[in-house]
Amino acid sequence: MADLVIIGGGPAGMSAAIAAYKKGVRDILILERDGALGGILQQCIHNGFGLHKFGQELTGPEYALQYENQIKELGIRYKLNTMVLSITKDKVITATNGEDGIFKLRPKAIILAMGCRERSKGALNIGGTRPAGIYSAGTAQKLVNMEGYMPGKEVVILGSGDIGLIMARRMTLEGAKVKAVCELMPYSGGLARNIEQCLCDFDIPLKLSHTVVEIHGKERVSGVTIAKVDENKKPIIGTEEYIACDTLLLSVGLIPENELSIGASVSIDKITGGAAVDQDRQTDCAGIFACGNVLHVHDLVDFVSDEAEIAGQSAADYISGIKEENIHINVETDGKIRYTVPQKITKKKDVTVYFRVADVYRNVKICVYDGDTLLLAKKKVKVAPGEMESIKLSEDMLANCRKLQFKLEEVNA
Amino acid sequence: MKRELTCIVCPIGCSLVAEIEDGKVVSVSGNTCPRGKAYAETECVAPKRTVTTTVRCIGGRILPVKTDRTIPKEKVFDAMKIINNLHPVLPISAGDIIMKDVFGSNIVAVKNMF
Repeated sequence: MADLVIIGGGPAGMSAAIAAYKKGVRDILILERDGALGGILQQCIHNGFGLHKFGQELTGPEYALQYENQIKELGIRYKLNTMVLSITKDKVITATNGEDGIFKLRPKAIILAMGCRERSKGALNIGGTRPAGIYSAGTAQKLVNMEGYMPGKEVVILGSGDIGLIMARRMTLEGAKVKAVCELMPYSGGLARNIEQCLCDFDIPLKLSHTVVEIHGKERVSGVTIAKVDENKKPIIGTEEYIACDTLLLSVGLIPENELSIGASVSIDKITGGAAVDQDRQTDCAGIFACGNVLHVHDLVDFVSDEAEIAGQSAADYISGIKEENIHINVETDGKIRYTVPQKITKKKDVTVYFRVADVYRNVKICVYDGDTLLLAKKKVKVAPGEMESIKLSEDMLANCRKLQFKLEEVNA
Repeated sequence: MKRELTCIVCPIGCSLVAEIEDGKVVSVSGNTCPRGKAYAETECVAPKRTVTTTVRCIGGRILPVKTDRTIPKEKVFDAMKIINNLHPVLPISAGDIIMKDVFGSNIVAVKNMF
């Protein structure tokens, strides 16, 4: 048995486990589907991780190793190659692996840390045939970086998320020709540094407001037709352009993987695709917590680790029966701010609220209201959907608050 | 002469403007930290990059490696050729040097592999 079971041994799961251990929980078990701890970091061999957490630039495997070493030093238990089949509302976990068969666990608390998966071509409805040579960027990343196979020689990438940009560079370094990166939106969803070092460094064209309208080829991809899109993201007739290629990579977004959470009747936020949580990252099922990309998709693993620490510490408090004065404040947004995490605040304490905006906005201020009263405003020269923002609310601000509203307002020059 | 750059040192990705006179950077603006200034000064004169890639070990397993410091940008593909010819023998620990002095940098493993 275990007091705390953590589903997923990636950066979120490991960080949550360590945080819970440091707050006194000793009986912890991590269940990991893969054959190693570390999650997706194992295939993210590029550098740029850990600047915020460790003050140095680490590769994905190095960042994972920092946590894996701590897990081993502390003696935190984990089971690899273990698939969780279901979780119930009253925290009964059914899981299976080759050694134990099918087994059940009934912990005092559960932390959901399953991460996310890539949006697939099926979800995009691109016309054309179904030849070989179409991969999600993450699949291509696994093939190149872990299996040692090159998925193709001439590549078009649809979507300019960070994984797509990173793979444009990676495939180029290994000898492929990346002919274009097409982005439906008028701006890239990836970090500016990745546009610079992954595309500009290799003269790979970034075609904004462009999409793939048709895939050609019978056995294997022989080319794609791309087209410009209008402000409603509809392809503009007459702008079609044929690009010969043998591979199409899709980097079109990530979806939190919440089948288990839904099975446990955890309420899901329709915008984040993850659980709706309070400041402790507790879901509406008592004792079930969530953190990392299963809760909302992050840009930086460093922030995943931070969030997981909150979940781990909170789960430890829950297990030891620590109760604080209960309040109930819903956090609402104006649409320009798409979502916040947490979605509600239930304890009087300092809370950092993370959020994303819906579009690129310049010269704005992020305003936090309680009814008509402005509690806080923070000016920003530029905000973009690809960059998560945060704002810290103090305990004093929340003292008599009923409903928090996050609004994005223009700054008059 | 002015040159606009995007800093690649950290995820903030500051938009930098470097003022160049006689092949030297005389001023940098737009940076939020000293690393941005240093980046612009190098980038305008002799750009450098870290290379992260993999090697196929004897036995076939794929080991991720990196240059432990930056190398001249124009040498990145030459470095790739050298690294792709390396086939180290396992076991290897993260931090182990796979090859010394590739354009002034060591090639090091970033993962334990047994």
